[in-house]
Amino acid sequence: MTAVPISYYLVLSAVLFGLGVVAFVFKRNIITIFMAIELMLNAVNLAFVAFARAHNQLDGLVFVFFVIVVAAAEAAVGLAIVITIVQNRESLNIERINLLKF
Amino acid sequence: MLLLDHLWIILALPLAGAAINGLFGKNWPKSAVNSVAIGSVSLAFLAVAELVREFSLLGADQIPWVKSYFTWITAGAFRVDFALRVDQLTIVMLLTVSFVGMLIHIYSTGYMEHEGGYYRFFSYLNLFMFFMLTLVMAANIVVMFVGWEGVGLCSYLLIGFWFLKKTAADAGKKAFIVTRLGDFGFTVGILLLFWTFGTVDFGEIFAKASQHPVGTGILTSICLLLFTGAIGKSAQLPLYVWLPDAMEGPTPVSALIHAATMVTAGVYMVARMNPLFSRAPIAMLAVAIVGAATAFYSATIGLVQTDIKKVLAYSTVSQLGYMFLGCGVGAYAAGIFHLMTHAFFKGLLFLAAGSVIHAIGGEQDMQKMGGLRKKIPVTYWTMLIATLAITGLPPFAGFFSKDEILYSAFAGPYANTILYGVGLAAALLTSFYMFRLIFLTFFGEARYDEHKVHAHESPKNMLVPLVILAILSTVGGWLAAPKLLGGEDYFHNFLGPVFAAADKLAPAVEMNEAAAHTLELELSGLAVVIALIGFFLAWWFYIRSPKTPDKLAESLRGPYTVLLHKYYVDEIYLALIVRPLLWISTNVLWHGADEGVIDGAVNGTGRVAREAGGQLRELQSGNARSYATWVVIGAVGVTALLLGLWRVVR
Repeated sequence: MTAVPISYYLVLSAVLFGLGVVAFVFKRNIITIFMAIELMLNAVNLAFVAFARAHNQLDGLVFVFFVIVVAAAEAAVGLAIVITIVQNRESLNIERINLLKF
Repeated sequence: MLLLDHLWIILALPLAGAAINGLFGKNWPKSAVNSVAIGSVSLAFLAVAELVREFSLLGADQIPWVKSYFTWITAGAFRVDFALRVDQLTIVMLLTVSFVGMLIHIYSTGYMEHEGGYYRFFSYLNLFMFFMLTLVMAANIVVMFVGWEGVGLCSYLLIGFWFLKKTAADAGKKAFIVTRLGDFGFTVGILLLFWTFGTVDFGEIFAKASQHPVGTGILTSICLLLFTGAIGKSAQLPLYVWLPDAMEGPTPVSALIHAATMVTAGVYMVARMNPLFSRAPIAMLAVAIVGAATAFYSATIGLVQTDIKKVLAYSTVSQLGYMFLGCGVGAYAAGIFHLMTHAFFKGLLFLAAGSVIHAIGGEQDMQKMGGLRKKIPVTYWTMLIATLAITGLPPFAGFFSKDEILYSAFAGPYANTILYGVGLAAALLTSFYMFRLIFLTFFGEARYDEHKVHAHESPKNMLVPLVILAILSTVGGWLAAPKLLGGEDYFHNFLGPVFAAADKLAPAVEMNEAAAHTLELELSGLAVVIALIGFFLAWWFYIRSPKTPDKLAESLRGPYTVLLHKYYVDEIYLALIVRPLLWISTNVLWHGADEGVIDGAVNGTGRVAREAGGQLRELQSGNARSYATWVVIGAVGVTALLLGLWRVVR
């Protein structure tokens, strides 16, 4: 059985990351933006795992664990902020949350 | 040998007096301020007296006596010690300064009794004594410069003592700024001196100068530059304008600083540097010409002034001119001799004038005086003695000193008949304006309001200094009297070692002693006749036919007006120097350089930062998606950069 070459994984990772970026920039719904961030994080995770496998080293896997932990924490804090915003604004549109400026 | 080993005591005493009065005197009673001020200068005088006694015991090889206390400045080869020097010239100056200074301190306790800022006045006066003694005792030209500038500072403070009066404050500034012009030359002279000889110490400079050829350009430049400083400090042409204005200060200040001591610092400096000056004949000629010209010029202005202190101020300028004439023709000892006698009689004239002003309630205009002879007899007699001394009538002090200068100008090693003639003419004018002052003040009808003003004699503490100075003005010249009778000149012999180098260089005078003596007698006879003519003219004009001056002023309206306005020199300086300078300062330096360039640069920097900030803050729109876009652009940029770098490295 021939192994899948690493470039395949990396291309997939880059595509997922690119989709995340595009969604992050162009979507208006905060929840969707949140999901776009998760998508980018996991795209990176995929690249880490691919490299770890290719080089037969554990470093990449360790990093993936860290990223998952941070992503979980970020999701908890982020969703809490989203709930507060919704309670105050009754809207999920990010364009309306623009008071923090000059 | 207490004081020879501890010369600093002489300086420390007045400095301590100044510090104590300046720091604590404000709330003290006048008697306490008096005892500190007079106590410190009297002790300083006693210290000088003891120093003279110890000095007289020194062997000839121990003179000059130099004491170095600490190294003040070292920078590479440049080294300045705080060192003091005592030689015969220092002794003469120390005695004159400390004694006249002490008398004027005592006089001031009477004159300033009703004035505000009493402690401040005495603090400044003591500080002045400190700096003047520093100047006189300095063993190198840098320490001398400290004293030189210090007395200038005290002069400024004391001229502007009544600083609420605008004219007084302005006069103080004028004195400071005008003397600064001269000091610029003096500073450059010091630098050039160091550059040439590699040292600032007098002893080393004189030793090296004696190896130097006569009349080189560098030596002439040094002497002319140093003399520029003397022109400013001693109020010679063309920088004399500050001294008449300095009369805005209290009269004791005029007596101490602007007659007896500070203004003579220039003469002292030239005499001190005699080994240099005598090797620069061109500079000596310049000194003599400036001196003679000033002596004559300011005497002409003195003829028509009506303010009693202004007459004395122009007279001081004129007498300082005589001293420079003496130095310029190589008769340094005569110059210093005249400096000493002048300190006595001009100090006395100012103090007596102060007594007159005090007597009639602050009036200085001689046209509003008159007939005071009977009212204030002590002032009258002492002032008359001083007048006889300044006009050069025997046996008063001025006769001997002025005679010696004129004799040297006529027959000395650097004799110059024209300068002698100018000096003699100035003597005639001096005699005229001084007797005019006496006649206008003390004779004739009282021209002040006798019902309002009760002329009264001054208190004892003012009269005692007058009497002492009157005695000195009489006997002060007798040191040189034996010479006139064919004997020794003690003063000249005493100072001899200081001027030995200069005397050795002077061209020999082809004259046997008997002929010289006859000539001297003839010349002094001529000087006396001249002085008597001046007296007679003044008597004719102001006693015999008092209408004549007015008629003369009417018929000679042009010259009279020019003299009355002091040759319009102040106006000319205003138009030629002050106004253009002010214009350049305002339009070029202020509005152009300061506002345009400097403010422009500073404000421009601020404006650039503000504008840039104004543009950049637009980025913080509050829109999270635009931030996201920037982050992405940034990430792409950094990635591209890293990849590019990666390429380059590989």
